Amino acid sequence: MTFITKPKVAHPSLPRNALGCTRRDYEGALSTLCAGCGHDSITAAIVEACWGLSLEPQNLVKLSGIGCSSKTTAYFVSGGHGFNSVHGRMPSIATGANAANRRLSYIGVSGDGDTLSIGLGQFCHAIRRNLDMLYIIENNGVYGLTKGQFSASADVGSKAKKGETNLQPPIDPVLLALDLGATFVARSFSGDKRQLVPLIEAGLRHRGFALIDVLSPCVTFNDHEGSTKSYAYTREHYEPAVLADFVPREREITADYGAGEASEVILHDGSRIVLRKLDADYDPGDRRAAAARVQERMSSGEYLTGLIYLDASGERPEFHQVSRTPEVPLNSLPYEALTPGAKALEKILARYR
Amino acid sequence: MTTRRVNDFTIKIATVNGTGSASANTLLMKSIFRSGVPVMGKNFFPSNIQGLPTWYEIRVSRDGHVARSGRVDLMVALNPETYARDVKEVASGGFLVYDSTWPRPALLSRPDITVIGVPLAQMCNERFSGVRTRILMKNICYAGVLAALLSLDLERIRGLLAETYAKKPALVESNMQAIQLGYDYARQHFECPLPLSVEPMDRTAGHIMIDGNTAAALGCVYAGATVAAWYPITPSTSLMDAFKSFCDRLRVDPETGLRRFAFIQAEDELAAIGMVLGASWNGARSFTATSGPGISLMNEFLGLAYYAEVPAVIFDIQRVGPSTGMPTRTQQGDLMACAYASHGDTRHVCLYPANPEECFYMAREAFDLAERLQTPVMVLSDLDIGMNDWMCPDLEWDDAYRPDRGKVLGLEEILKLEKFHRYVDKDGDGIPWRTLPGVHPKAAYFTRGSGHTQFGAYTEDSADYQVVLDRLLRKWDTAKKRVPRPIADGAGSELGIVSLGSSDSAIREALAVLRGRGVAIDYLRVRAFPFGEEVERFLAAHRLSFVVEQNRDAQLRSLLTLETAVEKAKLRSLLHYSGLPVSSSFIVEGVLAEIASPAAQPQDIAHA
Repeated sequence: MTFITKPKVAHPSLPRNALGCTRRDYEGALSTLCAGCGHDSITAAIVEACWGLSLEPQNLVKLSGIGCSSKTTAYFVSGGHGFNSVHGRMPSIATGANAANRRLSYIGVSGDGDTLSIGLGQFCHAIRRNLDMLYIIENNGVYGLTKGQFSASADVGSKAKKGETNLQPPIDPVLLALDLGATFVARSFSGDKRQLVPLIEAGLRHRGFALIDVLSPCVTFNDHEGSTKSYAYTREHYEPAVLADFVPREREITADYGAGEASEVILHDGSRIVLRKLDADYDPGDRRAAAARVQERMSSGEYLTGLIYLDASGERPEFHQVSRTPEVPLNSLPYEALTPGAKALEKILARYR
Repeated sequence: MTTRRVNDFTIKIATVNGTGSASANTLLMKSIFRSGVPVMGKNFFPSNIQGLPTWYEIRVSRDGHVARSGRVDLMVALNPETYARDVKEVASGGFLVYDSTWPRPALLSRPDITVIGVPLAQMCNERFSGVRTRILMKNICYAGVLAALLSLDLERIRGLLAETYAKKPALVESNMQAIQLGYDYARQHFECPLPLSVEPMDRTAGHIMIDGNTAAALGCVYAGATVAAWYPITPSTSLMDAFKSFCDRLRVDPETGLRRFAFIQAEDELAAIGMVLGASWNGARSFTATSGPGISLMNEFLGLAYYAEVPAVIFDIQRVGPSTGMPTRTQQGDLMACAYASHGDTRHVCLYPANPEECFYMAREAFDLAERLQTPVMVLSDLDIGMNDWMCPDLEWDDAYRPDRGKVLGLEEILKLEKFHRYVDKDGDGIPWRTLPGVHPKAAYFTRGSGHTQFGAYTEDSADYQVVLDRLLRKWDTAKKRVPRPIADGAGSELGIVSLGSSDSAIREALAVLRGRGVAIDYLRVRAFPFGEEVERFLAAHRLSFVVEQNRDAQLRSLLTLETAVEKAKLRSLLHYSGLPVSSSFIVEGVLAEIASPAAQPQDIAHA
């Protein structure tokens, strides 16, 4: 959160997207996070992705809970409404907002404290409902605003800045999401924009719940030797399994992929995700195998990253399909379509005589 | 000696829950209602599915009194476990019906009442087969006994059964057989009707029998609510069930099967209120229903909604607290918890319906107020209103009604603005303008529970913070003028009664009784919080006001002393918190005792 308004000056030579907007048009208020915070890189990746998708800024709804991560929704796309709610309860705000207007894009930004401790229940139930939203966890294994306590994602053996060693096993959001039936599960690293931006683009376009768990080191409280969420540790133990290139409906595939290297998944709106497997044995369409691989890599201290699991078949209905609501958003239905009227009331009352 | 009491008596039926007695009770009550005689049914049931004691009280009142009278004229004692207390409760000169299959002369003897033994189990065991059927039929059979004893019309009963079992005609016949068994036995063995009897009148035309939760749900449908989020909790669940069932009938496109509503069973009350806020913030009329424990859980979000100015409608169907309390008993125990829910300086608009009729109209009012004032509005009903069938005037609807969506800027207006500022008091009424997501980038703002300026930006600046907090107080003053006004009744007595909600029916009957005894008392029924001018005036104009409420801690009295200029000593509490609805006799006796005591004399008040 900031007191300072960011000046908006766009150089005429800045590239413009299909709406004629520059990247600057997708920025927000000035960040007040620590210099070098991984979260700011994620904010930049979100700006890049929204610009790349030529998203109408007002059609993006930004939701968050409480914590460093949750402040960041103020730092991108100032043309979209934001709702910074209470700790761990962002998914319920997202559910209500989405129920009222299914036509907008919903992005929730949360942290490991906000999602995996106080918000664990709501996180799980948003996945169960297959709510159509992109849920980003800015995961640094530590409580920053309260100065360095372990979070529920801290690894066993990871050391706190003051020297304490964490002995409790972590809750892994990727494994949880796979178990609960999420249809888009990814992990990335705030330091790898090339991997992260297409994942955000694909996640925003995916119909249903999309999770990206982004390892995002805390430079102030968790970037020291002995931490398993530091920049150095993450860079060293970070293992991309599948690279995803997002190709909007209106764009041609221009990259040159080697034969057998790439496979294509078509999303409900005609966009495509081109998956490039770095490991020939890996199948991002096999939920159980994906979970097994994540667990196997975790046990040797590695982070499997990329688009870990994707089901774009549309077989698992999202929230509105389950609710059988009309295409017209509920908040736009005219009152006449909602009230039964005085005549109908007479008939209704007959049952109570 | 028993005096003849036509259309003016109370029946109480003691059974075991889960044995089908509810349908017999409804049948009896509705058949009296259809005879044109005012009637009221109150269910005192356990928090249990099967096997515990349950009672049903039917008050027949030619004068239209719908509260508990406080006396029982005819007891139907069918639960041996509660015989002892049930026998005790019968008024002198009253009657007791029991199942004489197992005679219990010692237990059931009382010289001043008439005991009527009917071998219900024996007759039903002989006529019907199957354990479950026999139990169910035994409980229908007593309806037949009462029909004979009270002179109810059998054809009317058959008609009601035919409506209930329209799709299962075989059940009409078997039920009728059981009723006939009881009816014939009573006619052959006792003098029918009893001095207590029902004679047809024409006092129920233009009325319905409905419970408050159903009426509130119907109000939500008519108000245009589209997003309902909730977590099951007694006694609020039937409100949501009713909303769903009305919407299934009235809001589903017959061709496509698409539903013009979203009904979300949340993971808990924390999520339910979050969903309501998200939907309301995004421009849908949204609500939840809960009870005390749910209100406790919703506190944090209610504070956010107050401070970030997000509309929301919350029905609190109050039950007995504290904690889990007695989930199936009634109380007015959440008055303080709702009025000041959440940490920090928060105050919430509360509406206090007195009966199902007001539940219907106040549901609509709650949505209009929530959107107009951009704040949560809580409707405090209770178990007595919510789950019992009340006789009410027909609900009416004016097709000219259009929802008051409050100050929401549309695209045209946004385009004309140079810049949009979320929390600026442009109109001087403390209510700022808001915008909805998805309309225009210029209208976007950041909603937050953290300190903010009137322009919507984050702040830790004292002056900027106070500007917003002080404006919220101006909005509170606007609310005072917009909420439902209290209802005052009386002709300038120096004594008054102040009350709210479901205590109303008992108070109105008590006032009539007191008037009959030469005690004139004025009455003010508060219908909303914040209190307006009229409440101040009433309290100032009366030397002594009795505050009647259904909780232990005199919560309404506390609210009155906190929020008005009244001296504490001018308020006398009459508190009823047994979990049963307050009776008229409780109020009559309470007022008379107070008036007789020296403490209520004027000179003492002056010293206080």
